Amino acid sequence: MSDLAGFRAEVAAWLEENCPAAMRQPARGDEDMCWGGRNPVFSCPEQKLWLERMAARGWTVPDWPREYGGGGLDPAETKVLRQEMARLGCRSPLSSFGIWMLGPALLKYGNEAQKREHLPRIARGEIRWCQGYSEPNAGSDLASLATRAEDRGDHFLVNGQKIWTSYADKADWIFCLVRTDRTSKHNGISFVLFDMASPGVSTKPILLISGYSPFCETFFDDVKVPKENLVGELNKGWDVAKYLLGHEREMISAMGLGEAGVPLPEIALQSMGRDDRGLLDEPVLRARIALFEVRAAAFRAMSERFIDELKAGKAHPAQPSMMKYYGTELNKARHELIMAAGGSGALDWESAASNGGAAARAWLRTKANSIEGGTSEVQLNIIAKRILDLPSA
Amino acid sequence: MPLYLDDQQSMLRDSARAFVGETAPIAHMRGLRDAKEPKGYAPALWKQFSEMGFTGMLIPEAEGGLGLGAVEAGIVLEEIGRNLTPSPFLSTAIGAVEALKAGSAAQRGRWFPAILSGDAVAALAIDERAKHRPAATALTAERAGNGFRLSGAKTFVTHGHVADLVVVAARTAGRAGDTEGITLFAIEKGAAALHAEPRRLADASIVADLRFDGVEVSADAVIGEIDGGWGPLTAILDSVRVGAAAELLGVGAGAMDMTVGYLKERKQFGQTIGSFQALQHRAAHLYAELEVARAAILKAQQLVDAADARAEEAVMVAKAMAGLATTLAVQEGVQMHGGIGMTDEYNIGFYMKRGRVLAESFGDTDFLADQIARRAGY
Repeated sequence: MSDLAGFRAEVAAWLEENCPAAMRQPARGDEDMCWGGRNPVFSCPEQKLWLERMAARGWTVPDWPREYGGGGLDPAETKVLRQEMARLGCRSPLSSFGIWMLGPALLKYGNEAQKREHLPRIARGEIRWCQGYSEPNAGSDLASLATRAEDRGDHFLVNGQKIWTSYADKADWIFCLVRTDRTSKHNGISFVLFDMASPGVSTKPILLISGYSPFCETFFDDVKVPKENLVGELNKGWDVAKYLLGHEREMISAMGLGEAGVPLPEIALQSMGRDDRGLLDEPVLRARIALFEVRAAAFRAMSERFIDELKAGKAHPAQPSMMKYYGTELNKARHELIMAAGGSGALDWESAASNGGAAARAWLRTKANSIEGGTSEVQLNIIAKRILDLPSA
Repeated sequence: MPLYLDDQQSMLRDSARAFVGETAPIAHMRGLRDAKEPKGYAPALWKQFSEMGFTGMLIPEAEGGLGLGAVEAGIVLEEIGRNLTPSPFLSTAIGAVEALKAGSAAQRGRWFPAILSGDAVAALAIDERAKHRPAATALTAERAGNGFRLSGAKTFVTHGHVADLVVVAARTAGRAGDTEGITLFAIEKGAAALHAEPRRLADASIVADLRFDGVEVSADAVIGEIDGGWGPLTAILDSVRVGAAAELLGVGAGAMDMTVGYLKERKQFGQTIGSFQALQHRAAHLYAELEVARAAILKAQQLVDAADARAEEAVMVAKAMAGLATTLAVQEGVQMHGGIGMTDEYNIGFYMKRGRVLAESFGDTDFLADQIARRAGY
């Protein structure tokens, strides 16, 4: 215990000294976060500095092994680092599908050469990854995917189309599910990695209801993928895919924790003011916010519990589905309330005062939360079957 | 501290689950109800709780107890909830013990041994109206001689008609609504001019309406500081709210387990009804709500045990969330059982009744959400 207290003091002192002031403000949306990559975009010099300092300690991925660029921290130390960063308001130095999704899958299923090649670059934010999962005809029924990879001796030849590929137009590499056997649905899928600069890869951003285009259509036309980029066994990619989905769901569930920014009650107070008792002058909205805040606080505890149980190997393997379901539904509810609290002021689409319609666009963006990474209904199916052990129809 | 039970706590859970499940299953409660048992609990079972060490869980080791905390007490309460066991555990081993921790050496010496041995039952007299509003305490305690005279009424006092000790929140200064000016008293059974009127509730538990027609007590009956009762009252409320939340969780978890079990057995249209997606999704949603409530409760218990400044609010969140989750669990339970869920013969309805009583105890979800909002400044 005293070891951990010592570690906490050391971490706090290091963060105080090394985290630039500009990185102790919450990020304003995805654009203000650091995504790394071959051509990184830093919103300020401090962002670059912060990434370099954290990466040098392995603290962009504190619980990964040191030999792969991680910090080698145990679960208790990782929690301390997270707590101290939260306490001091330190931003996450790196937002990365490599960290949140691919890394854990490579640690479990990758071979030594793949780990050595990819993990340290992920940890240092040198390669930005995207995820090639969904296809136009393979959404909730992901395993029906049709993008095919033909065996051409030393390489696979990949042809097909992915959709909803987050930031495909900005990514350097893709982890991709491909069909290597058409005679078996789940046992004919393989998990491959390739460079988005490969000949035959093209992307087309999709304009969404939010007015943004974070997702792309991604096309593969005779793309050559070296055989050594196969992760796990041929035709056993579904196991890797599911394992990675668990991590994706953990990541998405964190949305339920809410974003830094103006707290919901504060938005409502700015719109409506206080009554003569000093309470929000709209009792019905106040009650809705108060009940929401109960669930939000309870979910924060759930997130802490989930991470603790996960690190200790005590979490049910399907628990990420519960977290994803609850967190995303909570986040949608939060943004409905933000819109109600902001009133007509939250409806602006373009003005500078509204930061380019940030509230309305964020509200619309959240509607995808319960679709991406497996819909809420898919998560409920998984909970029913794998946790509650209810029978299949 | 990680947010899951440690090895010792897991062992306690296993033994509490086995003990309560074997000695006081739902049939025990049904038996007391059918016999119209006037005490509202079984003294022999309370003695067994004592032999297990449960009655002294929160009593410090130096005073003969186990010196455990809210996490451990919550483990026992969850099993009490799961089995719908009528028990003075919450009011006595938690509420009264927490009150007495603010009391004098004489008060502790008088009551801790009797609670430890399972001989004493205690009640908390806080509410005065149909809704929990502790700051609105109006029952007066006026100076009389070298003691006090208590006048007024209390309601919803669980075990109030049989309690050996009644902890009473009374007003010694200020007006109803002020947190200043409240004083706590320890009143012994049989005090003159104290009248208890028992009422059976929907869940077959018995509460009392207490009338204080000028009950005279000596100054020794004061718990803690005169006019300074709000502090210890807050500590009592933290402990019984987080305790009631744990009991509620047990009620909700018991209802869910019974319901999911039924979904796997019952056949209609030639299929097990648990294979229908309409029911699967409702059951899965319920699971999620109960998991989130469980996390909020454990978080609050750990903060209470660490005497953390955030504990009071975490307790409010825990009780409010437990109210939401268990209210859903018992309603889904009855609905998914269909017609049989409406029968007295089947146990699922008992969960609904017990859930309602506990949701109302020591502040319901609405009250607590309002309190949380006020603390957040809106």
